[in-house]
Amino acid sequence: MTSYALFLGCTIPARQPNYESSVRKSLSKLGVELVDLPNMTCCAPPPIESINLESSMSIAAYNICLAEEANLDLVTLCSGCFQSLAKTNAMLKADKHLKAKINSILSHTGKKFEGSKEVKHYLQVLVDDISIKRIRQSISKPLHNLKVAAFYGCHALRPSELLKLDDPENPRILDDLIEALGAKSVEYQNKLKCCGGLLRGVSDELALDLAREKLVNTSKAGADCITTLCPFCFIALDIGQIQLRSKLNETYDMPVLHYSELLALSLGIDPEELALDTHKIKIDKVIRKVT
Amino acid sequence: MKHGKEEKTTVLSFSNPVKSRLGGETITRCYQCGTCASSCPVAKINPQFNPREIIKLSLLGEEAEVISSDAVWLCCSCYNCQERCPQKVEIADVIYALRNIAFEEQHSPDIYLEFASALMNNGRLIPISKFLEKKRPDYGLPPLQPTGVEALKKILSAIGLGGQSQKEEAK
Repeated sequence: MTSYALFLGCTIPARQPNYESSVRKSLSKLGVELVDLPNMTCCAPPPIESINLESSMSIAAYNICLAEEANLDLVTLCSGCFQSLAKTNAMLKADKHLKAKINSILSHTGKKFEGSKEVKHYLQVLVDDISIKRIRQSISKPLHNLKVAAFYGCHALRPSELLKLDDPENPRILDDLIEALGAKSVEYQNKLKCCGGLLRGVSDELALDLAREKLVNTSKAGADCITTLCPFCFIALDIGQIQLRSKLNETYDMPVLHYSELLALSLGIDPEELALDTHKIKIDKVIRKVT
Repeated sequence: MKHGKEEKTTVLSFSNPVKSRLGGETITRCYQCGTCASSCPVAKINPQFNPREIIKLSLLGEEAEVISSDAVWLCCSCYNCQERCPQKVEIADVIYALRNIAFEEQHSPDIYLEFASALMNNGRLIPISKFLEKKRPDYGLPPLQPTGVEALKKILSAIGLGGQSQKEEAK
């Protein structure tokens, strides 16, 4: 059995049991063990990078050290966590001066970054460890009638030189995973443009403008739902629709599901077990097409 | 000649401290082509934000204008600009370096002070409610592991941010 240390982060346990339970249950069904390690912290994402980059990098490195001590590679569900941890891991492995500097800070915690482990997004685990072919063979409820708009967001893809998840200008990984479930991945305009999630709380108006563009373009393309791989994109597009309705009287009624939720449903996991009441925009029409 | 030298010092007075910071190293490679601005989703809808302008002003030594304006906080951190820059300026990281200076000089939006104190107090940016923690077994989720808040405090105080966060808390 393949095992990974699970990096859960902040937003998922605080807000999105739907994301956590669908990943845990799907990966377990596909033969991947997730190990919960004690003493992990916030990954130190853009809000902390904005305050102090040395701190964010040291905090990310500290969390990687916990996985190194457990002799496990790390897997993340949130693209923000993925970017923080994978970027730091790659930078420290490549630059011995930076590594020495961060290690001198980490020495106050009794940790030392070695650079012996990998940081992966769970999509990479699905493709590299399980394979598209095995996913296709494992599903019991193919999503043949479903048109899905793949939304990659930013932090799983860029900076690509450090993250190496996929081609940053023409990624396929999520589209391939959608089609492995029997669904159709629909193309739409400005597919790779940001959801605006990180501007929420700084400039809500700008954030909603960016989210709105995704909702307009995916609706035009005839998508039944949008699928995300990051809790911030999920919030921007799901809760964003409630705000667009109350502030601007615009209704899109576009279900937003994490890829892992589509995967869990097509693996035949009972919708009752997936905390689907987390969704602000009801996903009944997606469920009806699955069951 | 002496006058010329002084001018040169003035021009570089801000790009040097930016360049010597983590994230800011590549700023002087910029030749102002504007690929960043034309790739920027925020610049498209808000003329107040333009990454090329922010870099230009920084290189010209306009520290006060860069650090005290709202513009530097409007970057959505999508990394499109950085991905496409022909000069390999790490633009999104340069913007973090500029924000770091602005934060030190107390020019950040209030929400960042909230982030700093949440990190210091809980080890997490978003607190987990007791309600959701109790509901985890209903969702078939294992209990949460303890957070390494003590280690995090040691990291922040080693960098000299521990006291700063406490100050913010007192606000």
